[in-house]
Amino acid sequence: MKDSLKQYFPLYTSSPDLAYFDTGASALKPQVVIDKIREYYSSYGVNIHRGLYEASDRATTEHDNAREIVATFINAEPEEIVFIYGTTHGLNMLATSLGQELKKGDNIVLTAWEHHANLIPWQQIAKNTGAELRFVDIDDDYQLDIEDAKKKIDSNTKIVSFGHVSNTLGSLAPAKELIALAKQVQAITIIDAAQSIVHLKTDVKKLDVDFLVFSGHKLYGPTGIGVLYGKKEKLAQLSPVMFGGDMILDVSYDSAEWNDVPYRFESGTPNIAGAIGLGAAVKFIESIGLQHIQERETKLTSYLINQLSSLPNVQIIGSSNPSKHHGVISIHIPGIHTHDIAEILNRHNVAIRVGSHCAMPLMKKLGLPGGTARFSVGMYNDEKDVDTAMTSLKEAIDIFK
Amino acid sequence: MDDLLYKDMILDLYKHPLNRKNLESFTTEKKSHNPTCGDLVTMQVLFDDDGKVKDIGHQGEGCAISQAALSLITDKVKGLTKEEIIAISEEDMLSMLGIPISHARMKCALLGWNTLKSMMSEL
Repeated sequence: MKDSLKQYFPLYTSSPDLAYFDTGASALKPQVVIDKIREYYSSYGVNIHRGLYEASDRATTEHDNAREIVATFINAEPEEIVFIYGTTHGLNMLATSLGQELKKGDNIVLTAWEHHANLIPWQQIAKNTGAELRFVDIDDDYQLDIEDAKKKIDSNTKIVSFGHVSNTLGSLAPAKELIALAKQVQAITIIDAAQSIVHLKTDVKKLDVDFLVFSGHKLYGPTGIGVLYGKKEKLAQLSPVMFGGDMILDVSYDSAEWNDVPYRFESGTPNIAGAIGLGAAVKFIESIGLQHIQERETKLTSYLINQLSSLPNVQIIGSSNPSKHHGVISIHIPGIHTHDIAEILNRHNVAIRVGSHCAMPLMKKLGLPGGTARFSVGMYNDEKDVDTAMTSLKEAIDIFK
Repeated sequence: MDDLLYKDMILDLYKHPLNRKNLESFTTEKKSHNPTCGDLVTMQVLFDDDGKVKDIGHQGEGCAISQAALSLITDKVKGLTKEEIIAISEEDMLSMLGIPISHARMKCALLGWNTLKSMMSEL
């Protein structure tokens, strides 16, 4: 790939030889995002709302702009965008709030590949309410089994929440089918888009999903900022679970009235720099073109899978079809613990993530107690990165042969 | 093999671990977790009537470093008393391994030693 995108990411200036394959954990930050955050802190770094002076007015405007940029990006309305700290925070908010309505006899349908962030909050709700947790299984090609979903989703299902793209397998959930099944029984639908948002065009209207959550830092934005999208009427029905400043309309010593949506879910001073930085990240992605990014990543994923498959003893933990991987390729090499793979790759400046990827139940199900070695790609990765990774993988295999 | 970390001794212990077994009867048992590797280890110790380690076993999954260290520490403590085990220092453990351990791998190297030490203090 001659048209390198590495030039936009200053980390490559200090580490030009870095082969970064950990975008699934956090994407690198482009210069424009860093500049935008610096601009906020150095030029108008004050609190938003009700500051009747210039800097506060500018901060408020930039914060509002960021909300609009993000809304347009996923085809939502600005008032449907709640700024949160990250995916985990958003899923906890939803579970805590929606869980109040659940009772024994109800069930919550998740999938076998959930990240702990979309599992444990619901486990807690299930424990407290007596509601049942159900998991849509995966098939032999590591895809969600829609026939199993048809059995698991029934008239007692109140919530269907799933990871759009598995952070371990790279598989894409059949979102439209799952949402259609949920709608037949009036269940609330939630998408954990942490892994999909950076690779796939996300259109909440087309998906027709009730809630969708993602993190900014996996989208080339800053850490500590995320987005909870909710359909206007669904957000209006949702009870806030965090209380304090900015989320209220009127307060007396005995009671309080909530502010409008989305502000009632944003108590306390938010991550202003983070939101503004996320806006810059989305604009940056749009300037490169999500479709262009997708094409590059698809090509590179194919190359990576082909190269990995040519190595002796390397098992792909995921579909054998490269087009079914969305930014994530996990491998297992019998006889080499994943941690040793990561150590040897690091000697060649190849950054991967190993272990259970916060999906321990899936690892147990797959019989992989040491987890997998995961390569996740971003817009900046090129074939040279893959070649470096292959050289170091061969070294690992050689050491442990 | 001239690899500084993955020396033949380490790789041999990884492929052929010592004391990797389940004890039928034991005096004490502890499960421990290495948050870096995400792995679990279970260690079991059987003391004889004189208060010395008669047998020791470990099970679980781990990287080459943690597995080699588990083999070494379990072999080292055979015949030792609780107090003698507690007296084994971090430096002793690292010198038994005899390889340069980076900050990121320290938890792997010390998993067995740490588990055993806290087991003994709880006795």
